[in-house]
Amino acid sequence: MTRARRFVAEWAPAVLILVLGLVGWELAVKTFGIQKFLLPKPSEIATAFWDERSILWPAGWYTFTEAFWGFVVGVFFGIAAALVLARFRPLGSALMPYFVAASAIPIIAFAPIGNAWFGIEKGSKIFIAALLCFFPVLVNTLRGLTSVRPQQVELMRSYAAGNAAVFRRVRIPTSLPYVFTALKVASVLAMIGAIVGEYFGGSQQQLGIQIKNSAALFQFETAWAAILVACILGIAFYLAVALAEIATMRRYPSAERARR
Amino acid sequence: MAVNLLKRVGIFVAVLVGLCAFYMGYRQLYLSTGWTRPFKVDEYAMPRLQDIVSRLWEPAATDQPVLVQVLVQKALFTAREAAAGFVIGAIVGIAIGIVFHFSNLMRRGFQPYVVGSQTVPILAIAPMVVIWLGGQGLPVWMPVAVISAFLTFFPVAINTLRGLDSADPRKLELMRSYAASEWSTLWRVKFPCALPYLFSAFKVAATASVVGAIIGELPSSIQDGLGGAILNFAQYYSLDPSALWATNIIAAALGILFFVIVAIVERLVVRRAPEHVA
Amino acid sequence: MTAAAVSIRNVTKTFGKGGTTALKNIELEFQPGEFISLIGPSGCGKSTLLRVIGDLIEPTEGEAVIGGKTAHQARLDRDYGMVFQEATLMDWRTVEKNVSLPLEMMGWDRGARRDRVRELLELVELTGFEGHHPWQLSGGMQQRVAIARALTFNPSLILMDEPFGALDEMTRDRLNLELLRIWEATKATVVFVTHSIAEAVFLSSRVVVMSARPGRVQKIVDVDLAYPRTNDTREETRFFELATEVRELLRESHEAREGA
Repeated sequence: MTRARRFVAEWAPAVLILVLGLVGWELAVKTFGIQKFLLPKPSEIATAFWDERSILWPAGWYTFTEAFWGFVVGVFFGIAAALVLARFRPLGSALMPYFVAASAIPIIAFAPIGNAWFGIEKGSKIFIAALLCFFPVLVNTLRGLTSVRPQQVELMRSYAAGNAAVFRRVRIPTSLPYVFTALKVASVLAMIGAIVGEYFGGSQQQLGIQIKNSAALFQFETAWAAILVACILGIAFYLAVALAEIATMRRYPSAERARR
Repeated sequence: MAVNLLKRVGIFVAVLVGLCAFYMGYRQLYLSTGWTRPFKVDEYAMPRLQDIVSRLWEPAATDQPVLVQVLVQKALFTAREAAAGFVIGAIVGIAIGIVFHFSNLMRRGFQPYVVGSQTVPILAIAPMVVIWLGGQGLPVWMPVAVISAFLTFFPVAINTLRGLDSADPRKLELMRSYAASEWSTLWRVKFPCALPYLFSAFKVAATASVVGAIIGELPSSIQDGLGGAILNFAQYYSLDPSALWATNIIAAALGILFFVIVAIVERLVVRRAPEHVA
Repeated sequence: MTAAAVSIRNVTKTFGKGGTTALKNIELEFQPGEFISLIGPSGCGKSTLLRVIGDLIEPTEGEAVIGGKTAHQARLDRDYGMVFQEATLMDWRTVEKNVSLPLEMMGWDRGARRDRVRELLELVELTGFEGHHPWQLSGGMQQRVAIARALTFNPSLILMDEPFGALDEMTRDRLNLELLRIWEATKATVVFVTHSIAEAVFLSSRVVVMSARPGRVQKIVDVDLAYPRTNDTREETRFFELATEVRELLRESHEAREGA
């Protein structure tokens, strides 16, 4: 089978389900007379998506920038903390259970405090998104840095390699798969954090506010259209990280093999 | 054995003390220098630790019992929703994992949507779910449990699939040499192999279900849970900042409690060889 | 005349359309109670042949007949026991529960299972280890548990795929003796795949030497050493002669492959 045919065969069922799903949705709403405010037809959502684009798309972009910067801040601190803890191993292993438990805290509960600290503009949403990203990135990166096989380190030592060289040539390539897993998770969390954080207050230009307000005004097609924008942005963010992963892994084929 | 326990307790105390010291130190530093980056520190931004703790023992509002008592009651309310959502989400997740494991066609058809479902902002769906299910005459906590389940099912499904796929092919050959049925192999080999993965997902799901429950309560204006308390105290933050901080601490404790319970169950159920890594 | 224990009739196995031919026109017959070793260069198909006998792989042409039944029927009737190189014990089960696995599947009740397991563990000299977990045992002990498990139904045929390959030499020698003792106690037919010339000659009544891919039967060597064999047998002149004969056959086939 040629690559093209294989690609089509792989994705055909999903596309088929999508088409069937949309058609079924449209028909179901019509035949069962489901009230508009509960579940609008896909066609209505699509119309709203286009009609309201001057409001929705900029709002989406605004929210996306919140998520993006939150992602950057959270990932930066997460990786930095992991690097420090990997250096001081006993500290890292003693604290690891606490970091894992810390990711169990419902961060979103801190959104109002974020508002108190940074006001209701971008800052507080970036704060929440960053907090959400921090722990998964920390835990996974640390795990990756410390999951090196003893034999590899021994080999490097037999070459009289110092700590820095061991780090660069062994620990970093080994931890890359873990880091990218964390980045993918963080990309989704950042987006959700930004939108949910907006529920607690913010200017009109934010996607979360749009969703909340449209729903409150019973304009559900707009609300769903806004949700659609959020989904598209979220998936795009995730795919961007996935592409970055593929590009980076190409430079470290051994890390790719190790993952498998 | 006892030394180990002592060490662990010691670390726990050290972490607690460290956190308090960090909080108070940061606060003191910012108060005395008046720095405003990343945010301005005053009585409202960061109340004194003593105030937060003592607030717990003051009445929640006029003519109400002590705050900590009120919060614990609300926490129990939220916990019930979260637990219900966790169970529903776990069952659905495991079912999806099993179906995807056995049917490549179903996997190719539905997996993108299972993954995509997680990018939908839960809060946005919440009002609609609440109206839907609320209109059916279901108890008011049901929609919240559904939202909780929505956040739970995904990690469970993904990890069930990964766990079932991870079974050692030699073990599967062994079962074939016993002319074992597909069901027998699933139950005796694949499922036990999947347990470590499952529990890894349960730990994530435990947290997610609590988050889902809290968030779910917000649009439903449910007063009886922690979400309602957070919203309430957020409104009055300028008058009573310690109350919100206290609520957050209780919420954090709830999340951690769920997580610890799962971890304990894991310790009891999953018996494996210890791993060796550098 | 009793039916042959195992009859391999003109078996050929090719993987994939026009892919590699693992086995070509194999014709073999093993009598009940024999101990047969299959030895040959890597890739000669000996493991594949073992799996054809066990009905775990279907031959492209030809068939395997076990005690007058088709291989498929023999598998359904659970007429044979199989032991792999990695013990494939279930980590989450105790030694006792590992050995009783096939009995559970046949629906035996708890009391009967416990008695049978006790018998078997006595046979492999592991009494007292019922409550241990696999990772608490040495490699040699794990393999003994695997052997006990293979004997649960008193099979007339035992298939073994390099069971001692991962063990050190001394443990291997000891387990060879144990295996011979068990073989004489159970009077089963054993088909044993190995890489070790010494092991093949020490254990077997006949050694089947296979050629490099595509696997053919190069020659069958009759091992006329007396049973019961002991460690002293390894130092007999005749042992050395037979081992040399096998070694030279293997060398021929190696060189033939290199030359081609």
